[in-house]
Amino acid sequence: MPRPGFVLEVDRATPPTLFWHGESFRLERLPRGSRILYPPEPLNPINDVRAAIEKALDNPVGDAQPLSSLLNANMKLTIAFDDVSLPLPQMASPDIRSLVIEAVLERAAEAGVTDVALIAALALHRRMTEGELRHALGNRVYNALAPRGQLTQHDAEDKPNMTVVGETDRGELVELNRRAVESDLLVYVNINLVSMDGGHKSVATGLASYDSIKFHHNVDTMVHSRSFMDRHNSELHSSNWRMGHVIKEAGVKIFQIETTLNTATFPENFRFLAKREWEWNLRDRGSFIASSEALKRTPPHLARQIFQSVRSPYGVTGITAGEVEAVHEITLERVYQQQLVRVDGQSDILTLGLPFIGPYNVNSIMNPILVYCLGLGYFFNMYRNKPLVRKGGVLIMSHPNRPEFDPAFHPSYVDFFDQVLSETTDPLVIESKYEESFARDPWYIHLYRTGNAYHGVHPFYMWYWGAHALDHLGGVIILGGDPKTTRRLGFQSASTMADALEMARTIVGSDPSIMHLHSPPLVMADVY
Amino acid sequence: MLESALSGKTIFVTGATGFLGTALVETVLRTLPETNLVLLIRPGRAITAEGRAEKDLFRNNCFDRLRDQWGSQRFRDEVANRVKIAKGDVGTDGLGLDEEGQRLLANSDVVVHSAATVSFDAMFDQAIEINLLGPTRVMHAYQQARANPEDPGHFVSVSTAYVAGSRKGDAPELSLTEQPHYPDIPWQQEVNAARAQRTSTEASSREPDTLAELRSTALAELGAAGVALLSEKIERLRAEWVKDEMVAKGRARAQSLGWPDAYAMTKALGERLLESERGNVPLSIVRPSIIESALRDPYPGWIRGFRMAEPIIISFARGLLKDFPGVPEGVVDVIPVDLVVGAILTAAAHPPESVKHYHSASGSVNPLKYRQLVGFIRRYFSENPLYDEIGQAIAIPEWTYPARGQVESTLRRSKRLVDTSTKIISKLPLRSNFVEYQDQLAETQQGLERASSYVELYGAYAECEAIYLADNLLELASQLEDEERATIAMDPRLIDWESFVLTTHLPSVVEHARARTRPKSSAPKRTSREDRLRASLLSGHRMAAFDLENTILAANVVDSFSWLATASVEGGQKLAIAASLLAEAPQLLALDNHDRSDFLRYFYRRYRGAELEELERKAPEFLTGYLLRKSFPLGLARVRAHRRAGHFTVCITGALSFAVAPMAPLFDQMISLEMTTDDNGRLTGEVPGALPIGEARGDLLRKLAKSNGFEIEETIAYADSTSDLPMLEAAGAAVAVNPDTKLRQLARRRGWLIEEWSRAKGYGNIFLPIGGQL
Repeated sequence: MPRPGFVLEVDRATPPTLFWHGESFRLERLPRGSRILYPPEPLNPINDVRAAIEKALDNPVGDAQPLSSLLNANMKLTIAFDDVSLPLPQMASPDIRSLVIEAVLERAAEAGVTDVALIAALALHRRMTEGELRHALGNRVYNALAPRGQLTQHDAEDKPNMTVVGETDRGELVELNRRAVESDLLVYVNINLVSMDGGHKSVATGLASYDSIKFHHNVDTMVHSRSFMDRHNSELHSSNWRMGHVIKEAGVKIFQIETTLNTATFPENFRFLAKREWEWNLRDRGSFIASSEALKRTPPHLARQIFQSVRSPYGVTGITAGEVEAVHEITLERVYQQQLVRVDGQSDILTLGLPFIGPYNVNSIMNPILVYCLGLGYFFNMYRNKPLVRKGGVLIMSHPNRPEFDPAFHPSYVDFFDQVLSETTDPLVIESKYEESFARDPWYIHLYRTGNAYHGVHPFYMWYWGAHALDHLGGVIILGGDPKTTRRLGFQSASTMADALEMARTIVGSDPSIMHLHSPPLVMADVY
Repeated sequence: MLESALSGKTIFVTGATGFLGTALVETVLRTLPETNLVLLIRPGRAITAEGRAEKDLFRNNCFDRLRDQWGSQRFRDEVANRVKIAKGDVGTDGLGLDEEGQRLLANSDVVVHSAATVSFDAMFDQAIEINLLGPTRVMHAYQQARANPEDPGHFVSVSTAYVAGSRKGDAPELSLTEQPHYPDIPWQQEVNAARAQRTSTEASSREPDTLAELRSTALAELGAAGVALLSEKIERLRAEWVKDEMVAKGRARAQSLGWPDAYAMTKALGERLLESERGNVPLSIVRPSIIESALRDPYPGWIRGFRMAEPIIISFARGLLKDFPGVPEGVVDVIPVDLVVGAILTAAAHPPESVKHYHSASGSVNPLKYRQLVGFIRRYFSENPLYDEIGQAIAIPEWTYPARGQVESTLRRSKRLVDTSTKIISKLPLRSNFVEYQDQLAETQQGLERASSYVELYGAYAECEAIYLADNLLELASQLEDEERATIAMDPRLIDWESFVLTTHLPSVVEHARARTRPKSSAPKRTSREDRLRASLLSGHRMAAFDLENTILAANVVDSFSWLATASVEGGQKLAIAASLLAEAPQLLALDNHDRSDFLRYFYRRYRGAELEELERKAPEFLTGYLLRKSFPLGLARVRAHRRAGHFTVCITGALSFAVAPMAPLFDQMISLEMTTDDNGRLTGEVPGALPIGEARGDLLRKLAKSNGFEIEETIAYADSTSDLPMLEAAGAAVAVNPDTKLRQLARRRGWLIEEWSRAKGYGNIFLPIGGQL
């Protein structure tokens, strides 16, 4: 029986705490009285995943028919699936998507469906490489569909192959992938790693165009999403739900299949990462020392390769199929069951260790804008009710924050950093002054469509995702961050935790309360 | 007395656009209101004699005082009324005067001949033509034009005190023929010999051996820049070679006869010839020593051009010249320009019976000791130091008054060291931050070259221990009336050396040299110049042409072939292909350095038999895994900035179209190579037509400019290597991107913008070009 998460109060006996620090770790001693939020242990996974899939397909929830009864020989079937941004790190084979899609394809074959298309629901993310597609879908699916052109990746800039579905009552444009909309059935296969994923967001964002996405990916929406991890208090989700209703009313038939994973994130040799520090045995200590010493001697780009090749031994905790909203409510319950921990009271200072990976740098570099987004977007928003840190408090996050960029995956990020952040870090100014020109830039569009580049507008979304935190916080300090790069983000850097706390005290007062959000694995705070 | 003696008269002046001539014209206009001028001026290729007079003479700041005093309207009127221009050239027999010019010369009461080649490193034959034959040519023209036995006029010739040669002791104001130890050589033989040497030197400069040597020098400097540029460079080197030879021959001949150089020798022979050819024309010969900035008029410190002592002083203050040969108790004979003008005009007012010589020199009556001068210079620069590149004051070296040989060998040693370092560095394939050091080296190299040429040129003068007697000059000065002394200065005893050197001469020299006299302001100056250049490139109606490899991407044809070749094969084979290419790399590099076209054609044959369609299928992966990861983000940003500014952008590359196609949308137009395919869609390995390499690239740029409606001045070329020189030179503006050693040197000399663009940080430097891994 896995133990639930809990909040530890640091005392004399507490050993130093592990912090992620990009492609390495730090052990930091937090002041006595600080609190550490420990995640729950991984839930027990489903043993027979294939059987669970069959069961879900045959017993859909909500107002939905079993999958087999929706299939017939003359139909047009489209299966859309979450892209490489999920899960993190990539899942050890077989990826849950490949299992679900195989099952769906088998039923389609039984029903004699010939017009089948697979679409990677990229939204404005980069196209996946062949290797990534093979990993997510499995070689069998890939080899069966790719050579015949039945496997494509969503292209939000391919206007002839996009179609306007309608507008919400608030005037939000819904423009989606034409093939998906015009199919007799759209099956969506998701991985719900965190509570923001899935639901109507899968189709309304994953298969949409920039002109549609911009209605919810903007500063105003993000500031009013408190948090965007809490679907019922997130304006981002409200907008996607409105769009979902428009899609449904337009007659698009969606069969949503959502899956949830436990938090068994790292393989055996990184086992110490998932354990609480005072429970480390000799072997854990040994492997911690060995890996952190080895990483110190490894050039960053090699350390990155090592970490990016990690495949997570995730276990599947649930598979639900059927009508979008009904499915998603069950999914959320499962996610919360794995990740949610109750916390009493906010703190003056929140500390975080930022890992080597986020949704947008799979097989690539965590550039400074992604560092910002991971800290102020993702981790800060891992809360329900209230943020872990009080209004005007300080966020201290640990990461080397080097000025490194991937010019192939993140070309517009390079220019965003050089040309936009050098002028301003104010999300509203950035949005009104620069977004349009990056979004419509033909070179970025060329790279998005033909290479593997994120859309030109993507770094702006990263900036908006931190808008709520920027609005809420009194200061941000990057522990161990490259000073020049950190200043460009509008933050301060500190070389030691003691320095960082000292700097934070000048903002929040001399006797601050401190909360550390321990990761890995993922944890979400329910703050009262 | 002076004013009345020259009142109503006309003075014919040669060399009016020179340093001395300018001061002379100004003084006449200012102090002799009743005296008119005729100026002999050579029309330029694109400019009339009148235009030249305006541009090279009256616009000089020498006339600022008169302009202020009179106002510009009166100044224009005075010049128009009192100054006539005669078109002509002292290098031509009869001076090339037209009828009007001859009439003007005939009506001139005095001729002041001050045209000379003053450079001490003039070519031998040129010095002979101008300094030896020039004065007599003017004299003959004067005699012929005047043809008036009643009034033969008066001829004042400006010579130099150094005609006395490298002697020690007193040099009197006498004809050289009346002086002891004078080498009595027939001038005609020297003229013939110099002309013959010109012919033979020109001939030997065209010998295959010489040309081969010049070619290798040019190659070392330019690399594979293409035939046109290379031949142009060789021809320039050949002209320089001839010049150096002729200078060396002149110096050798002069020194064999006891003169420091060809300048003094030809001046001396010129004096003698003039004396024998003067007929019945009264002749005054004025021999100034080293003419320096004005003591008083038109204003203290006025100077024109960079003259003999100035570069030495500046080199010293910059710390380049640690020492200069000379005898501390020796006399440095310097004379301010206004004193020379005074002597000339006073001599002009007093025609002698036959011939009279005047030394306009300070050495005998008011000597400035070498030690004194060095003391003044040290004092001045310790109080007002110059500043170096990074804004620190330059310390003044201690002078030890060594012999010339010592200084020369020290300089030679440092020069050799720097030359060797430069050579080694230019052979290494270094770029970007490695070559910062090379910039400094290049600067030091130039400085040392200059310093050693000064020692070679002027060393003999500094060591000259002759004392130029000035009895005739002082007698002439005594003829001036008291009030005239206020306007005309000519007596060297007027000079207070300390105040002249410290408050007049050195400040003027420093200002003239545009030396850095203030520590740098906090904003680095270099950056602001570069920013200005960048801003100017991004404005206006422009066409920007970019080279691709190493300008926009750190890619090359070998790498990209390796990537594409390995993309389609399995694991072990990938490594084998990449490894065999790496092994071949040195050989390929050598071929590339020798001739880029040959190299490309040779290398591209490897694509033979590959399926074009298969390669094109690889394009997306190639874009992500190779092209973009090898790109320079700042380079891409620059192309895009040009496009945003509404400019037309074009990429000119020697790469194959399918290997660069994914980058094409970055530009408005991309020019790459098309490889032909056979009937089965397989590549033939052959590229028809001329490759856009070397001079073809320059022509292409011109063609593109024309076809897209741009003037060539509106084009900008970005490139990284000397093989792109024809394109860079052809363009209106050039930008050297990550230049190699040779191009960097050229770019600095030409003042081109230099950009250092690097790949985005984050990937390792070792990057095996292996495809198919994404």
